[in-house]
Amino acid sequence: MSETQALESMIGEEYKYGFSTDVEYEDFPKGLNEDIIRELSARKEEPEWMLEFRLKAYRAWTEMEEPSWFNATYEKPDFENIQYYSAPKNKPKLDSLDEVDPKIRETYEKLGIPLEEQKALAGVAVDAVFDSVSVFTSFKEKLAEAGVIFCSISEAIKNHPELVKKYMGSVVPARDNFYAALNSAVFSDGSFCYVPKDTICPMELSTYFRINNMNSGQFERTLIIAEDNSHVSYLEGCTAPMYDEHQLHAAVVELVAMDNAEIKYSTIQNWYSGDEEGKGGIYNFVTKRGACRGKNSKISWTQLETGSAVTLKYPSVILQGDNSIGEFYSVAVTNKKQQADTGTKMIHIGKNTKSTIISKGISAGRSNNSYRGEVKINKGADGARNYSVCDSMLIGQECGAHTFPYIESKNPTASVEHEASTSRVGEEQIFYLMQRGISEQDAISMIINGFVKEVLKELPLEFATEANALLDVKLEGSVG
Amino acid sequence: MLEIKNLHASVEGEDQEILKGVNLTINKGEIHAIMGPNGSGKSTLAKVVSGHPEYEITDGEILFEGEDITELDADERAHLGMFLAFQYPIEVPGITNRTLLRESYNTIARENGREELDPIEFDDYLKEKLDVIDMKDEFLERSINTGFSGGEKKKNEVFQMAVLNPKLAFMDETDSGLDIDALKIVSDGINKIAGPENAIVLITHYQRLLNYITPDYVHVMMGGKIVKSAGKELALELEDQGYEQLEKEFSLNGEAQ
Ligand SMILES: Nc1ncnc2c1ncn2[C@@H]1O[C@H](COP(=O)(O)OP(=O)(O)OP(=O)(O)O)[C@@H](O)[C@H]1O
Ligand SMILES: [Mg+2]
Repeated sequence: MSETQALESMIGEEYKYGFSTDVEYEDFPKGLNEDIIRELSARKEEPEWMLEFRLKAYRAWTEMEEPSWFNATYEKPDFENIQYYSAPKNKPKLDSLDEVDPKIRETYEKLGIPLEEQKALAGVAVDAVFDSVSVFTSFKEKLAEAGVIFCSISEAIKNHPELVKKYMGSVVPARDNFYAALNSAVFSDGSFCYVPKDTICPMELSTYFRINNMNSGQFERTLIIAEDNSHVSYLEGCTAPMYDEHQLHAAVVELVAMDNAEIKYSTIQNWYSGDEEGKGGIYNFVTKRGACRGKNSKISWTQLETGSAVTLKYPSVILQGDNSIGEFYSVAVTNKKQQADTGTKMIHIGKNTKSTIISKGISAGRSNNSYRGEVKINKGADGARNYSVCDSMLIGQECGAHTFPYIESKNPTASVEHEASTSRVGEEQIFYLMQRGISEQDAISMIINGFVKEVLKELPLEFATEANALLDVKLEGSVG
Repeated sequence: MLEIKNLHASVEGEDQEILKGVNLTINKGEIHAIMGPNGSGKSTLAKVVSGHPEYEITDGEILFEGEDITELDADERAHLGMFLAFQYPIEVPGITNRTLLRESYNTIARENGREELDPIEFDDYLKEKLDVIDMKDEFLERSINTGFSGGEKKKNEVFQMAVLNPKLAFMDETDSGLDIDALKIVSDGINKIAGPENAIVLITHYQRLLNYITPDYVHVMMGGKIVKSAGKELALELEDQGYEQLEKEFSLNGEAQ
């Protein structure tokens, strides 16, 4: 086997999370109209204002056009063929793990999800969203003691309406873009987190998303608010079973950081990416945005994107407060026929605001990996600084890597620095390492890990191992 | 230790032969020098012996300690104790010298049923080896060869050799690109490494190197073959006369056959 073939087969490791779980679902008709939204809202026993929010978003959406400016081609989703609500029938209202449907628990165990007590010791609080409904939130009590609210967004709508009303849509307005509007109309569940003033959240918060049902889209909504002098770190993980049909995942995540507050948001995305020929796989069209509203506030996005057939995703930070900091650390791996167009936007509004962008793209197979970044410095952003690095690594001859940096500076005191590089995992590099006694597989793994370590070290420690394992799974395999 | 018999090799998938019947025997404790004009196949020989996947052996065999190694991958040959100091050391960003060497050392140790060294023990071991060629320890933390000067890359190859302590090392133009002081330091280092249990093959263009390291044999390679072998005086002869005379003889011989 030639080195290039070996490389490709390594990266082409079979998807391990492709099983589906046989649970009973509540019936819900396919398609989208105002009646569907009313029905959905009614089943969720939502207050009138929430229904209004949804309907307004729906009306906006019907007047919007599906975007097509990105560097990816795919068959558009058929919005009439999607089930907008999909809940396991034994819908749990739970206080203990024992009450979760055993089949669902089994799924999570197969996924290696830290629902179990061992991880409890590691100090991880988990909210798991199975299809559309939040299944279980552990550690509520310990968090409550610290004053932190961590629950499903549905619960938050019921129990903390004033907070949800105040912040939902304040960072990503319903009409922001086509998929955000769709999400605002039909979001089914998601996570909510509120960290009060002067509070360090006592543990890592974590959510696992899984799309199980074949026809359902997943539209989850996450809202995190960090009040003055608070700190929270949050991780989301995603998987889905293998189906021939494409499935749509259109999430909205909003983060709000007040004075001196810090939010660290990490993602390990491993949705099913489709087969060799590009059949099946998730469309991952997500709007993630954080607002550094307070002075000295900080928002970091760290993402490890390995899955999905098509990914369009630009976690962004609006740097409003003076001295606020925005960070974006990203590793995007594409293989087979995957397409990823991902990057970030940093909008500098406040004085002395600072942003850092480190993006690492790895493309293999016949995939296409694009980085798209926008750095915008407004007139009043005196002393704003940005530093961007985007590096691409190619494996094999048939994949593509592209970078599209946009820089717009309206303030002469601002400084913007951009570096980019493209390299190829070379056969000579592999031979060099092998000549030193290292196996081909380890050589590739060392090269890739060396390439991404700058980003992975930003992940919370508990998850860094998980991330490394995922990369290895994605990269290891059938050599020789 | 190494026996190369009638070795023919070409670039994988191409007809044109680069090695056209190389014969060479190397015993332990020996130092050999291979000289020869540009493009004569010296580096190719070293790479084929090391298991570079780009080349295909079309005829002949390579025996290492009596075992035919032509089917072994490069890493397996390294486990047996073979080493190649590259003519053009490769840059591998993102992996430090230290990480590479610890992985290499421990993998080779493991494969040979020897004890692996833990990071602290290994660190002490590295320090010892740094002294062999007077290298600064800051090089340990730098990515493999990345941004190294030409001479630093060559020194780094010798350093790796000192750490891995191979039975047989091919050193491909390790002297090219070294300044006068560095040449002396590197030569001293190689002399320290050389011993009765190992063997070294120096590929070089310059007899100058052989003033520092005394070879037992000097071979001349031309047109993909070793055309002449003799003692160290051959290097002086070549220095004097160049390859022209040999070239004539060789092509005459070639035609006569
Ligand atoms: N991968 C390759 N593809 C094509 N030609 C090759 C390849 N490798 C070697 N050759 C050719 O084989 C011949 C021998 O090359 P080699 O590098 O072995 O020469 P050398 O004796 O080491 O020369 P130098 O003294 O310049 O280093 C050259 O003509 C070279 O162009
Ligand atoms: Mg050469």
